[in-house]
Amino acid sequence: MPTTIDLMNHRTAITVTLATVMTVCLASAVVLLRRIDGMRSGATLEEVLYIPSPKILKRMSLGYNGLLADVYWTRAVQYFGAKHRAHAMQYQLLAPLLEVTTELDPHLIVAYQFGSTFLAQKPPEGAGRPDKAVALVERGIQANPNRWQLYYELGFLEYMERHDPAAAARAFERGSQVPGAHQFLRVLAAAMAQQAGQIATARMLWTTTYETTEDKMIRFNALKHLRALRVDEDVPRLEEVAAEFKRRNGRPASGWAELISAGLLRGIPVDPLGRPYKLLPDGRVEVADPDSLPFINQGLLPGKKPESLVVEKKS
Amino acid sequence: MINRISAISFNTFREAVRDRVLYNLIFFALLLVAAALLFGQISIGIERIVLINLGLTAVSIFGIVIAIFIGIGLVSKEMDKRTLYTVLARPVRRWEFILGKFFGLVGTLVVNTIFMAIGFFAALLYLVHHFQRSDTYLLVAIYFIVLQFVIVTAVALLFSSFSSPLLSAVFAFALYIIGTFAEDLRAFAALAHGPAGWIPTAAAYLVPNFSALNVISSVAHGESVARTLIAYNTGYALLYAAAATSAAALIFEHRNLK
Repeated sequence: MPTTIDLMNHRTAITVTLATVMTVCLASAVVLLRRIDGMRSGATLEEVLYIPSPKILKRMSLGYNGLLADVYWTRAVQYFGAKHRAHAMQYQLLAPLLEVTTELDPHLIVAYQFGSTFLAQKPPEGAGRPDKAVALVERGIQANPNRWQLYYELGFLEYMERHDPAAAARAFERGSQVPGAHQFLRVLAAAMAQQAGQIATARMLWTTTYETTEDKMIRFNALKHLRALRVDEDVPRLEEVAAEFKRRNGRPASGWAELISAGLLRGIPVDPLGRPYKLLPDGRVEVADPDSLPFINQGLLPGKKPESLVVEKKS
Repeated sequence: MINRISAISFNTFREAVRDRVLYNLIFFALLLVAAALLFGQISIGIERIVLINLGLTAVSIFGIVIAIFIGIGLVSKEMDKRTLYTVLARPVRRWEFILGKFFGLVGTLVVNTIFMAIGFFAALLYLVHHFQRSDTYLLVAIYFIVLQFVIVTAVALLFSSFSSPLLSAVFAFALYIIGTFAEDLRAFAALAHGPAGWIPTAAAYLVPNFSALNVISSVAHGESVARTLIAYNTGYALLYAAAATSAAALIFEHRNLK
């Protein structure tokens, strides 16, 4: 007859066996699932919107449309992030995801602000659809006429992406009339109206974005643009200095040291990342590492086109 | 009479509190609130909004699930366990029994909501470090959620008074879903004429209207809630719950319990 201790040992053995079987089976299932995922890479939940109609989704949310909007906004962010990381040239689901998000919650300002940036920038930095970005922000303004940030976003898109200073001036002017609007909007409206220099205006816009956004990613993007603007300003200026040396001495400078000793420069010029610019024998100036300075149009290696042009060609 | 009703209420509350399912549901609601903190981090710019939306939705949905699952068993469980006959053998009227059950469950839900709201506000404080003035509207949203519970409890009790628990659960959930579409039903009725218009209009006013009681999305953006809306919603929820509880008591009065 089994004793109590025997029974306890028996029960412990069963518990240990079952726990082991459970753990092993679960771990094996996970391994198998990872293999299946590997076989079907790209065939998973990627390019599917499931329910494309925002109206149906709103009904299905049973009144919890705010939460569903958050889910869709996060989906849009994740979709954009994954595509961006893969240097994708197509962002087909981005516009519908943003439309669903903003239909579900028309007051989700971040979706208009950042969503329009995702849509407008040229691939692979964005979807390259400034028309859809403008339409998104216009919808945002209709739903939230008192949010000056949206007028700023609209003016930004009109100037930077659609190259239409008149439309940008109108957007900034409309925004400046909103109570509590940032005073910069009036300045920007005036700058657009006066057709100020492109680099100066672009710097003004990106600086405003850098100062007003609370999001790290958008801030970093603005910083990259500001760095590129500085390079685009530095390189022609330095090339002009090198040309001036050649005019005075009848030969090109052998390096920055000669330009410094000639009193044309105070020190070795560096790019926004602190790396010295390269002065070439033909008087051209290049950045040390063009890949670390996206959006630049100047200081590139011979034959290397600005990123936007490369992208346009690829798309 | 008040003593009898409060005794039944207290016992209902005590019985509900002893239910392990209740704690599981509260635990899952609080887990969702905590998950909202993580969810916000994989998105952009909506940490606070997603915490409010997900937190209050969890409070609302889990509360409704608790209201329905406990509400449907309030009468049938007493009949199955034969404890109802012991209660009714005493000088307790049937309607007093129904009213006591209603108040007991509403009390349970209010206490649950307080616990879930504490968890929610703790998570919010952890995220934003300090409360804003507009956060007082979050309390209004929670109050509206409690009003939803009051209506759902009354509806669950109504179905429980004449139907089996399973069917009561189906009816109560269906009515809740229809109730969220009540405004659409009215809009549809407005387009039609004659009986095609009257019937949906009648149905739209008969089913509980939950859409006006859901202000989660707007308070997440710091929008205010009108005082008149608070007053009207309070009046509507209390009147609807009173009507449903009266119907439950009426049916139960005439029910053959032998």
